[in-house]
Amino acid sequence: MHFLMGTAVSAVNTATDATNHADTAWILASSALVLLMTPGLAFFYGGMVRGKNVLGMLAQNYVTMGTVSVLWILGVYSLAFQGSNGLIGNLKNFGLNHIWMEPTGLSLTIPPMVFVAFQLMFAIITPALITGGTADRLKFGSWVAFSSLWLILVYAPVAHWVFSPAGWLAKKGAEDFAGGTVVHANAGAAALAVILVIGKRKGWPKERMRPHNVPYVLLGAGLLWFGWFGFNAGSALSANTLSAYAFVNTNTATGAALLGWIITEKFRDGHSTTLGAASGAVAGLVAITPACGFVSPVGSIVIGLAAGAVCCLATGLKNIFKFDDALDVVGVHLVGGILGALLIGLFGTAMVNGANGVFYKGGWTLMGHQALAVVAVVAYSFVVTYILAFILEKTVGLRVSEEDEAAGLDLSQHAETAYESATFSDGSRFLSNFTSNN
Amino acid sequence: MKLITAIIKPFKLDDVKNALNAFGITGMTVSEAMGFGRTRGHTEVYRGAEYTIDLIPKIRLEVVVDSADAEKVIDVIVKAASTGAIGDGKVWSVPVDHIVRVRTGERGVDAI
Repeated sequence: MHFLMGTAVSAVNTATDATNHADTAWILASSALVLLMTPGLAFFYGGMVRGKNVLGMLAQNYVTMGTVSVLWILGVYSLAFQGSNGLIGNLKNFGLNHIWMEPTGLSLTIPPMVFVAFQLMFAIITPALITGGTADRLKFGSWVAFSSLWLILVYAPVAHWVFSPAGWLAKKGAEDFAGGTVVHANAGAAALAVILVIGKRKGWPKERMRPHNVPYVLLGAGLLWFGWFGFNAGSALSANTLSAYAFVNTNTATGAALLGWIITEKFRDGHSTTLGAASGAVAGLVAITPACGFVSPVGSIVIGLAAGAVCCLATGLKNIFKFDDALDVVGVHLVGGILGALLIGLFGTAMVNGANGVFYKGGWTLMGHQALAVVAVVAYSFVVTYILAFILEKTVGLRVSEEDEAAGLDLSQHAETAYESATFSDGSRFLSNFTSNN
Repeated sequence: MKLITAIIKPFKLDDVKNALNAFGITGMTVSEAMGFGRTRGHTEVYRGAEYTIDLIPKIRLEVVVDSADAEKVIDVIVKAASTGAIGDGKVWSVPVDHIVRVRTGERGVDAI
């Protein structure tokens, strides 16, 4: 967020007198855009799993919209944004009491309640991102417990460190416009930790587990791209030139990353795929997230191309190191988030906002701040998530039984199935008529 | 009596069904099937991971006919199911010893 540099916005607290209605309208609209990203993510992931697990995936994402929406009001917002301690906030805004108070260190042109709504949507999608790595094998109830505790133990402190001006990483000068470290590297590291605790899906990597509905993946990617304008351009917390830069940079990098991914796979595998186009777009969105308010549009092209190519290749890491990152949360979000955060150190320019990077005669200082933020966030997220997942796995059990995994999450966790049996070319149904009611 | 079994491409089902109706058969059974012949399957790539798809979807169509009609029915199916491309399928027949219409208890050719 641009205010993290402490330069773009005066620290003088002018409270509600400074409310700007245009800014308020844009951030309210952005909040709705960001909310839509989670259903988008659910379909992006849902299309990639097998048909017996699609409802399980959708359910894990939607329930996160439920739990985080409640927990955010009951203290988590306050832990992230209220209080001057560098490591964690306080509970002054528990229940959104005293919400006339601005978040610590910020001088907003929008009511604090609007900031609460906007930041809530980030807090929803961040744990939801983890579900792609752990796909097909988490118990529904255990996911609810895990994601709720993770929000409090990992998301709230990390958001405080980076997004709150009071946070220790923000004070060090680390730049993260919309959440490359807080959202993507954080969720990616957490996904890796949970994957290592629960192990691989039965049959992986020998058994084929191809995406059951690639059109869903493309639909989800489109919703993500659309919603991401709120995520990134909204993070200017204002409707101004900076938000326009963030908007254009986001779109530019995403387009470039789409191309970067499908060019890479064309050379590697012989075809450019639709799944690759969707994946490349998301990789670009991830990588430009931290950088969109600090780099030029030409810088965005380079960041996007790099993200598309690097993330495409990074999805192969799981096959080399044998961790079953089912839908490539590590390859896309961890790698893409880190890449974007570090490339600010090269492409950051004060002509847009923030500090100058290596290519703008700023030297390596900014890169040092970025590297510190990446290491701190990834290390904290991985360690705390690993411990949390380990405790839950040993107590309530995170992973479904072998029988439930074979049956699929849709049936075993929710007593539903997504589809009737396959249809004939004329659309008539066949095997579904054999289901009985006991 | 003969049981004729045809493995055909799914999109050819309507053509074969219409051709058999035109010929005058009195019933058929259709099921979804998976399999491969000399064509084998094909390869798909998702995020760089190659999947060899051995079993490809087919339609299995079964008809019981009077032995005298068997050759002609087989010809009708082959003609309607053919695209000339690989993977068009197979048709075969086997003898049937008994056939009973459940509702009336009729047996043999009367039950077809």
